[in-house]
Amino acid sequence: MALPGKIPRARGRGYYYLWVGVFFVIVIGLISMLSYATQKIDYTWRWYRIPQYFVYHDQVEYVAEIDGEVERIDRKGETATVVVSGLGLTETYEMPAAGVQVDKGQRIYPGDILGIHGRWRVGILIQGLWLTLKVSAIAIVFGILIGLFAGLFRISDNPALKWSAVTYIELIRGSPLLVQIFIWYFVLGTLINSLLAKGGIVQVPPLWFGVAALATFTGAYVAEMVRAGIQSIHRGQTEASRSLGMNYFQSMRYVIVPQALRRIIPPLAGQFISLIKDSSLLGIIAIRELTKATREVVTTSLQPFELWFICALLYLVLTFSLSMLLQYVERRTLAQ
Amino acid sequence: MINVQNVYKTFYVPHKVQALVDITTNVAAGEVVVVIGPSGSGKSTLLRCLNQLETADSGHILIDGIDVMDPKTDINKVRAEVGMVFQSFNLFPHKSVIENITLAQMVVRKRSKAEADQKAMGLLDKVGITDKAAVYPDQLSGGQQQRVAIARALAMDPKIMLFDEPTSALDPEMIGEVLDVMKTLAREGMTMVCVTHEMGFAREVADQVIFMDEGAVVEVGTPEHFFTKPEHDRTKLFLSQIL
Repeated sequence: MALPGKIPRARGRGYYYLWVGVFFVIVIGLISMLSYATQKIDYTWRWYRIPQYFVYHDQVEYVAEIDGEVERIDRKGETATVVVSGLGLTETYEMPAAGVQVDKGQRIYPGDILGIHGRWRVGILIQGLWLTLKVSAIAIVFGILIGLFAGLFRISDNPALKWSAVTYIELIRGSPLLVQIFIWYFVLGTLINSLLAKGGIVQVPPLWFGVAALATFTGAYVAEMVRAGIQSIHRGQTEASRSLGMNYFQSMRYVIVPQALRRIIPPLAGQFISLIKDSSLLGIIAIRELTKATREVVTTSLQPFELWFICALLYLVLTFSLSMLLQYVERRTLAQ
Repeated sequence: MINVQNVYKTFYVPHKVQALVDITTNVAAGEVVVVIGPSGSGKSTLLRCLNQLETADSGHILIDGIDVMDPKTDINKVRAEVGMVFQSFNLFPHKSVIENITLAQMVVRKRSKAEADQKAMGLLDKVGITDKAAVYPDQLSGGQQQRVAIARALAMDPKIMLFDEPTSALDPEMIGEVLDVMKTLAREGMTMVCVTHEMGFAREVADQVIFMDEGAVVEVGTPEHFFTKPEHDRTKLFLSQIL
């Protein structure tokens, strides 16, 4: 198979295996060097500490608050109600029936454990991963919508629409995302939430300012892709659909945009992968997505090496899955 | 059916060209008009002005009594009555053959899918490719694509059909199948304006032949007049070059 810009030429039999070997030597060499360097500074790898940040077993204790004795225990299916009374007070505690640690009539002092209940809980890293996924997914959906309309406005004849789109795209593309996140949170966020507070309405949580920053940022890039995609569709397609009596919107909706979207799936995929990675910046406005979650765990666990590798790996899982998904979508649309 | 009165059009990009100079012509209902002329003579521009794919600078164009150059005219309504067939087919590549033919019927004519499908199958039968209904345009030959394009235009039940060099992009062996469809249409009484280099077609089915050069109508006449005793030197020269 000839690669672009290459003319195949005869190679000796060992050529392929030699250079595959070199590749593995490089990879193993780099890992060994890293490992050696960490030994030199006496870093102890403790991978066994990592799983607890994914899932952990949590023990909930039900503690008595008063002096007295267990008056009765009502078991109803899976739950039990323990009633403690003494010194003229009565307290009831509900807990899972399996975890009850006391018997009827038992003497109870404040602080005694009436029952325990263990359960598996998702750790902070998985929570962070989930938040990253959620923020990215919402931002992608809004990014597509904003981008589609901004792209269509960009090629409109109407100066108001066109100039609005151009201004939006240039402003967004010309400033750093980090600054935009600050503007969304500290400027627009303050304005919006102060006005809402005056009106006595609930506050918008930081998450939504983060989503807005990512969505408007992505929207500007998607808009340029949509514009390029639409302009790449041959003029004859517009002429054919309009000559059949379709109006501008019908022609766009049924003929031009579907073809353009197919063409822009590959650059779109790249943009969405960037968005997932860029969501790591949202930690600075108190959104505990994956990077911020990792930073918090690092400060408590003091195992930064393992955790940052894990963090990168989790991002890789997200971006790689998205890339596979979009490749599948692309293949399906092209197969038609 | 079509009245063109004193139409002018100038292109300024890439450089100033007088594309149409004082064009006045009439096409009666049921008439077949063939427009011929050297490339750059403005014949395609004239055709495209008829359904407003290009806007003329001045003059009047009346389609079935409606002034299409009046900004108050709903041009989409007029276009639905005027079918157009392009040199490069311009089928919708993301839609199957039958979807190509049903799309505008459903979107513009508001027909039900069943109704549109039935109409489409009837037209595919007419152009002789019922077996290709489900395939996509890129799997068809040029001649088949152009016949689908004709069926797509006919599905709107147009009063007028415009053909913009429909056979120019075709391999020679496929020209016949497209011309056959056009001849059938002409015999059925469709009002047609064809820009073409197919002199055999002009001679056989045209009621009127218009010869254009440098944006102006040089000579108008019946095919007989045209091919046997053309008056203008420019016409004679052109005919001698292509025949």
